[in-house]
Amino acid sequence: MSLLSFFNRRNASAPVARERLQILLAHERTMNGTSDLAVILKEEILAVIAKHLTVDQDKVQVKLDRERDFSTLEIDIELPMVEVTRGR
Amino acid sequence: MAKVLVVTSGKGGVGKTTSTAALGVALAQLGQRVVLVDFDVGLRNLDLIMGAERRVVYDMINVINGDAKLAQALIRDKRIDSLSLLAASQTRDKDALTNEGVAQVIDELREKFDWVVCDSPAGIERGATHAMYHADMAVVVTNPEVSSVRDSDRIIGLLDSKTQRAEKGEQVAKHLLITRYDPGRAARGEMLKVEDVLEILSIPLLGVVPESEEVLKASNIGSPVTLSAPTSSPARAYLEAARRLNGETLPVNIPAERKGGLLGKLFGSRVA
Repeated sequence: MSLLSFFNRRNASAPVARERLQILLAHERTMNGTSDLAVILKEEILAVIAKHLTVDQDKVQVKLDRERDFSTLEIDIELPMVEVTRGR
Repeated sequence: MAKVLVVTSGKGGVGKTTSTAALGVALAQLGQRVVLVDFDVGLRNLDLIMGAERRVVYDMINVINGDAKLAQALIRDKRIDSLSLLAASQTRDKDALTNEGVAQVIDELREKFDWVVCDSPAGIERGATHAMYHADMAVVVTNPEVSSVRDSDRIIGLLDSKTQRAEKGEQVAKHLLITRYDPGRAARGEMLKVEDVLEILSIPLLGVVPESEEVLKASNIGSPVTLSAPTSSPARAYLEAARRLNGETLPVNIPAERKGGLLGKLFGSRVA
């Protein structure tokens, strides 16, 4: 039986399904009703920055990565050089 | 006191209508007065699965609009005396169901029957929310497969927020029914196991219905599996599930892989 289960392990996709679902649903449950959180955060962060700097909307990257225990929201904003020096 | 039970899942094609029919027959066989209500406006199928497709004269929307009395629209099952069906409209669109209309029909059905079993359409749109709104209990039908489990999780969230009970701060009693389960594939790690699905969705297990050719055969002939093949494994799972719904405490029988020799197992794992 142990030999057989070893032989079968290569085909065992169910543990992958289980893992993916656990991570996904943990996030979907907390995000319920606030599914647009990434969009809201992006808009509000940009609004704060726009008070001080002119930001090109095309040079804003938003990435969301969900892991088992934490999520990362990455907002990458490319700032024009001139504006930064003026701000100082 | 009548109980309103919704059979729901979010995802389509997992066996809501089949389960509604099989559980409805089983409850009626336990001596309960049961009405099955199809909420899938425009895509009705419960009539077909029950073998009553040629007997539909009036549907729920006719009753809501006052074209027919409820008693005229109820189709009494020819095989089981205490079982009736209320069909969905095939020609109207889903907006024809109004909150007040549905509430009135459900209230009237509560007076006539012990069980009002609502067959929900797939999705989370109006038809599905109408079907669940009045529910006291819910059977969440889930296949051991990622998209079905995810959608069931979503539906469980809606049962906890978008029902009359939730609005009153009460709970809808939720029960998990796993269908199309293949114990061999689960044992080989090719399919989510019952305990995986249970752990993820964490609602009480009502039953596990194994994948079986009897289920398609039952649909083909318009006779729910609990009626047409009562000793088959899916029928036994549905019968036990119905007894649990009816208040009996029974251990849940989880289908196991048929034991063969080592050769049989090796062969089994190859052909799957």
